[in-house]
Amino acid sequence: MNGAVRETWSPAPEADQMVLKELRETVGACMQCGTCTASCPNWHAMDITPRAMWRMIQFGMLDEILASKTFWMCSACYMCTLRCPRGLKLTSAMAALKRLAGIEGSRGARRNLAFYAAFMDDVEVHGRVQETSMMQRYFLKARDPMLPLSYVPLGLRMLGKGKVHMPGRGRGGVLRPLFAKAREMEGLS
Amino acid sequence: MKYAYYPGCSLTESAREFDVSTRLVMERLGCELVEIPDWTCCGASAAEPVSKLMNYALPARNLAIVEQEMADEGITEVLAPCSACYLNLLKVNREVIGDRRLHGRVNEVLAASGLHYRGEVRVRHLLDVLKNEVGAKIVEQTITDGLRGMKIAPYYGCQILRPYPVFDEPGRPVSMEPFIEAMGGEVHHWDMANRCCGASLMMGHPEVAIRSVADILSDAAGADAIVTVCPLCQMNLEAYQAKARKAGGRGVPVLYLTQLMGLAMGLSEQDVQLAANLTMTPAVRRGIAARAWAGPAPAEDEEPAGLNG
Repeated sequence: MNGAVRETWSPAPEADQMVLKELRETVGACMQCGTCTASCPNWHAMDITPRAMWRMIQFGMLDEILASKTFWMCSACYMCTLRCPRGLKLTSAMAALKRLAGIEGSRGARRNLAFYAAFMDDVEVHGRVQETSMMQRYFLKARDPMLPLSYVPLGLRMLGKGKVHMPGRGRGGVLRPLFAKAREMEGLS
Repeated sequence: MKYAYYPGCSLTESAREFDVSTRLVMERLGCELVEIPDWTCCGASAAEPVSKLMNYALPARNLAIVEQEMADEGITEVLAPCSACYLNLLKVNREVIGDRRLHGRVNEVLAASGLHYRGEVRVRHLLDVLKNEVGAKIVEQTITDGLRGMKIAPYYGCQILRPYPVFDEPGRPVSMEPFIEAMGGEVHHWDMANRCCGASLMMGHPEVAIRSVADILSDAAGADAIVTVCPLCQMNLEAYQAKARKAGGRGVPVLYLTQLMGLAMGLSEQDVQLAANLTMTPAVRRGIAARAWAGPAPAEDEEPAGLNG
């Protein structure tokens, strides 16, 4: 640890505090039964169990939460939400943690958000997702030169099956006013 | 029955065979699908990690169009074949309507393009409509080329029953089984029918998602094919079979339920675009054809099978 003391409570700027407040409301009633962890198909890839994560949110341990990769491993299958005996929206809490990490610019956030961001950018530009242009955006955002190469075999197979389509204009910028309004309302512009 | 049809982005891109087979099968079953004019993306599972408001506003826009433009034609229900589209549309009715503050905020976003959603459109999944409006009995009457004991593993995935179990039991879903039996097939009973396929984790952390795919594929051992009703499940289960095999999985053909229904109804492989499935190699197609619906010789002007693949 090199003598460095990590703060368990970080005074964070407003946008974070909003998300953190929302998160604490979402999981405030968690009674630590661990059903969520036992139900998660991706538990094996997580460094902190979902159950422990809810406790950390209750304690406001922001730094530890943001350093964890647990919430990036959520595939939104809703098994934890379905089984939670307290009826908490745990899958939404995982998504909120992803948003929080994005606002904070935590380590790994850019890379982990790259796919979601590329997807949403493509929706904003075309109105509908166009898979080829979305993947190009993803490769650019991920900034990993090996990533596009790893998709070459699959890309070729899909091409052979007629599953690859040239990006067109889609619905154009029909969603741009909605995106602009939401950004303004969420204070992200 | 008339439905506002919401194909969703995947069905206009890499999952066109799902769109084509859904339209054909539903037409045969007497359901009229009217595509929502100028529909846009629902945000899939990518919107929520980026913007909470857009996660609701994107699907709400499509429901608002149905409410404002299609109600005159007597269309008040949306049919979505894709699991993520279905859940996102359903979420608007379950989480936005009834929450005055959130409802107001979502309508404030929609107002930026002159729309407003009151909450009067009902959201249905394809499987919900098949089960509760059409019924297996009707399907049975349309079957011409039965599956003759072909063993089918029904794969439900996550989001059609979670977190909102509207039309089936999310712990042990069974809604596809009567249809498989109506087609003359045999149901492969397995534990992985509602296990997550990894969804978009396949993009950022493929090593994690492939483990799930391998588990699912190895549990399908003994089945002649897996059927799905979700374009992302289909993609994950099909495209990564080689990698999944290294992790203990096995190769199993994966079809859309509507493709299989179409074939059993006597549509041709071309009609349901069977060749578009990544697991449909010529050998697999010959195998399936020989075992399942290789009945009496098809009508004289049928195209020979196995041209492409």
